[in-house]
Amino acid sequence: MSIFLDQKTRVIVQGYTGRIGTFHAQEMIDYGTNVVGGVTPGKGGEKHLERPVFDTVKNAVHETGAEASVVFVPPPFAADAIMEAADAGIRFCVCVTDGIPAQDMMRVKRYMRRYKREDRMTLTGPNCAGTISPGRAMMGIMPGHIYLQGNVGLIGRSGTLGYEAASQMKAMGIGISTSVGIGGDPINGSAFRDHLERFELDPDTHLVVMIGEIGGPQEAEAAAFARDHMKKPVLAYIAGLTAPKGRTMGHAGAIVTSAGESAAEKVEILRDAGVGIIVRPSEFGNAIAEALAKI
Amino acid sequence: MDIHEYQAKALLAEFGMPIARGGIAYSPEQAAYRAKELGGEKWVVKAQIHSGARGKAGGIRVCSSEHEVTEAANQLLGRRLVTNQTGPGGKLVGRLYIEEATDIEREIYLAFVLDRSSERIMCVASAAGGMDIEEIAEKSPDAIVRVSIEPAVGMQDFQAREIAFALGMGAGQLAESVKALKACYRAFRDLDATMVEVNPLVVTAGGRIIALDAKMAFDDNALFRRPRISELRDKSQEDPREMSAADRGLSYVGLDGDIGCIINGAGLAMATMDMIKHVGGEPANFLDIGGGASPERVAKAFNLVLSDQGVHAILVNIFAGINRCDWVAEGVIQAMERLDVVVPVVVRLSGTNVELGRRILAGSKVNLITADTLAEAAEKAVAAAESYQATLAG
Repeated sequence: MSIFLDQKTRVIVQGYTGRIGTFHAQEMIDYGTNVVGGVTPGKGGEKHLERPVFDTVKNAVHETGAEASVVFVPPPFAADAIMEAADAGIRFCVCVTDGIPAQDMMRVKRYMRRYKREDRMTLTGPNCAGTISPGRAMMGIMPGHIYLQGNVGLIGRSGTLGYEAASQMKAMGIGISTSVGIGGDPINGSAFRDHLERFELDPDTHLVVMIGEIGGPQEAEAAAFARDHMKKPVLAYIAGLTAPKGRTMGHAGAIVTSAGESAAEKVEILRDAGVGIIVRPSEFGNAIAEALAKI
Repeated sequence: MDIHEYQAKALLAEFGMPIARGGIAYSPEQAAYRAKELGGEKWVVKAQIHSGARGKAGGIRVCSSEHEVTEAANQLLGRRLVTNQTGPGGKLVGRLYIEEATDIEREIYLAFVLDRSSERIMCVASAAGGMDIEEIAEKSPDAIVRVSIEPAVGMQDFQAREIAFALGMGAGQLAESVKALKACYRAFRDLDATMVEVNPLVVTAGGRIIALDAKMAFDDNALFRRPRISELRDKSQEDPREMSAADRGLSYVGLDGDIGCIINGAGLAMATMDMIKHVGGEPANFLDIGGGASPERVAKAFNLVLSDQGVHAILVNIFAGINRCDWVAEGVIQAMERLDVVVPVVVRLSGTNVELGRRILAGSKVNLITADTLAEAAEKAVAAAESYQATLAG
């Protein structure tokens, strides 16, 4: 078992025939992901990468039984693409697109509340690297070969910092059950807390690592959840110790605007909640190995 | 993206926010002309810079004659105004806003922000105006009113009334308060703002409500559909290095340390800066060159980092995911050959084809220091910066 996807999960790609969509769809197929087709409005009926193209997500779901979708649609149209996926009955959606207006995401989140909790699509991202269950399948833009299959759950905002952690782990022979990218935007589809909940229920995951950063309330919310509801050990690293207040550090969401949002404060909140702190980003491998040894 | 006070006021006024009459001036003569045009006996000359706390920094002058207006304009224009928000370099005063003076009865704090917890637009207000919100939160946290707005239907009249009553507005000011609050909300929503701050919103001696100061910030990701807002950009208010980085598709934030950073990915960039700090150094900048790390981008990044005279060493940390380390290594070498880099450069590559990438770096003629791990890279960069600084001093 892994959360969200395995080699059988039927995946479609929105923005399938574009340059970026094509490149990463091929990478996903090569990794073993069950890509069953894609959506590009106006190109329905064509074949692309030996798979059918559909005009709408509804058609794609109807014809292929797709359960999951990766969105590579450009920023002005991405919010619309996410809502289309939610409306068509897609269960799990990864939005890779970087640069979606914050108010568009506000509307997406509001729109998704119209579905009952059990019918609601899980959205990860936008502005994320995607989700991978190593050895099974991946949805996103990550290099699949840097991940080893195993029992550590990973949740992170950043792409390359997540790769750094995964590589350090692989070098020490530590594997990952699922790695979930939640993205660097101020309003995102799902938060650390949502995925902690899933990892707690996932029998293949023995320990969870959170890779957070400055800005926003989600690390603190996750700390409270870990304290109150998690039996599995949780470790965390927070990037941005040297980030000045009020400045955006690359990610649209990486900005300290109010109390509790700096790296030092988040570390304090997580530590108080009993979460193990990875102090240095060079210590992912060692810290995780140590924590695993204690289980 | 930030805009000036006078621009924010003009935008808010379009949505129905009452403001005092005023005009913009680029020269002392123009300032005096504006005062004459406005009439009356008292004017306020306000330096237009992208910063709050201008009053305390001497950027706002009350004048009682055209002569005084000219004098104030003379003193302010062309000067760099340093506030507690600008940093030591201050910001250039290139334009002034000349406004008719307002008799203030009381001051109110009013803001609309994008609340990340509720994922909604939120109104934050306090009857304890005239201070910034941090100060209010510290001194009288109970005085802060917060109202979250449902995005599907927008701000309702009853919500605006609740805020107005909480702010102590009388029955006579109710209609005008509701209008002012909804004006801010609509401007926020319709213009893709990330912040609207009216501090202070004042009740005048005559019982009117006026936005005495206004600040707006906009979502950079939404500027593609707000061409009018994009045109309000004042490049003189932005750090030239950050601006040139943005023009090249790079994300740069200048800091005070001496180790220049060239990294791909925002999270890895922040983590690498943290690592430098952990081993006793200080980063000179945040720089995310994006996922691709093509040779052109690496070259642009070197140019940018080297334009900071305080840089004593450069740390390049690239995780090659979709691309390959050998390709990135060649890009780094090409960039260094072209640019004649004098400061020591530490390069750490990881990811796809890392062994090949390291061999290419090791075999190159350019003078660079290689490192295998993040910790090693940071330690070598700090040591290199120290010895480079020592040679400079010696």
